[in-house]
Amino acid sequence: MEFEFIVEGGNFIKAGTASSQLKKILKQLNVDPKVVKRVVVALYEAEVNIVAHAYSGVVQITISTESINIRLVDEGPGIPDINLAMQTGYSTASSEVREMGFGAGMGLPNMKNNSDVLNITSEVGKGTIVEMSFFLNQ
Amino acid sequence: MMTIKELSEKLNLKLSGGAEGLTNEITGGYTSDLLSDVIGHAEQGNVWITLQTHKNVMAIASLKELACVIIVNDLEPSEDMISQSNEENIPVFVTSESTFEITGKIYNLINK
Ligand SMILES: Nc1ncnc2c1ncn2[C@@H]1O[C@H](COP(=O)(O)OP(=O)(O)OP(=O)(O)O)[C@@H](O)[C@H]1O
Ligand SMILES: [Mg+2]
Repeated sequence: MEFEFIVEGGNFIKAGTASSQLKKILKQLNVDPKVVKRVVVALYEAEVNIVAHAYSGVVQITISTESINIRLVDEGPGIPDINLAMQTGYSTASSEVREMGFGAGMGLPNMKNNSDVLNITSEVGKGTIVEMSFFLNQ
Repeated sequence: MMTIKELSEKLNLKLSGGAEGLTNEITGGYTSDLLSDVIGHAEQGNVWITLQTHKNVMAIASLKELACVIIVNDLEPSEDMISQSNEENIPVFVTSESTFEITGKIYNLINK
């Protein structure tokens, strides 16, 4: 099963659309609620990162009997130092974004903690690709 | 365990939206204005105490299946936050009390 969602940079009103849609789909498929929670939390953080830090992006979701695989591809400034970005508390969020309560530098750590596999590649000035996998039979 | 309705009556909280969720039970609480902190640490059925008043609060409350949101210092939830709370059936309340006061009171009520 495959699904695709568009994410608009800067649009906080629509942030979270993909994760809330995916939550409905996974519940209908009777996926273990604990897994559903991990998936939607990680996807929400990844979506918000495109909204907060990039210009536009696409979310591709593939669901099989073994796993849920999510790939987020964005056009944006990219991440110069991924290890630094992964550190709790590191954030380049703007003051407007921080005022809303985003920008704690906890999104990437939350993605890491909630996924079984997290892979990030990025090209400065071009964009970022985030891949996450969640295994279903554990 | 206590329901949201019982808690709100004991603390005189003003309901802004999500009335259908009032019978849900409370498992505890989390106090924070940093959204990713709540995503990382709040538990299902928790009361979320915050000064944030925008729609993304409800998206997180829904994903984390929180019991309700309590906005402090008489701040007003935005209209799209209220409509989302009605859609999700997650109550949103406003209190005139500060984060410190309301958190302390809820802690005592829940841990009795
Ligand atoms: N898709 C992206 N494009 C460009 N930069 C990104 C992207 N995702 C993350 N970053 C960079 O990594 C930093 C850390 O991301 P992380 O999600 O951990 O924190 P945050 O988004 O700043 O705050 P929070 O997630 O707590 O609201 C960001 O501040 C930003 O500099
Ligand atoms: Mg983030």
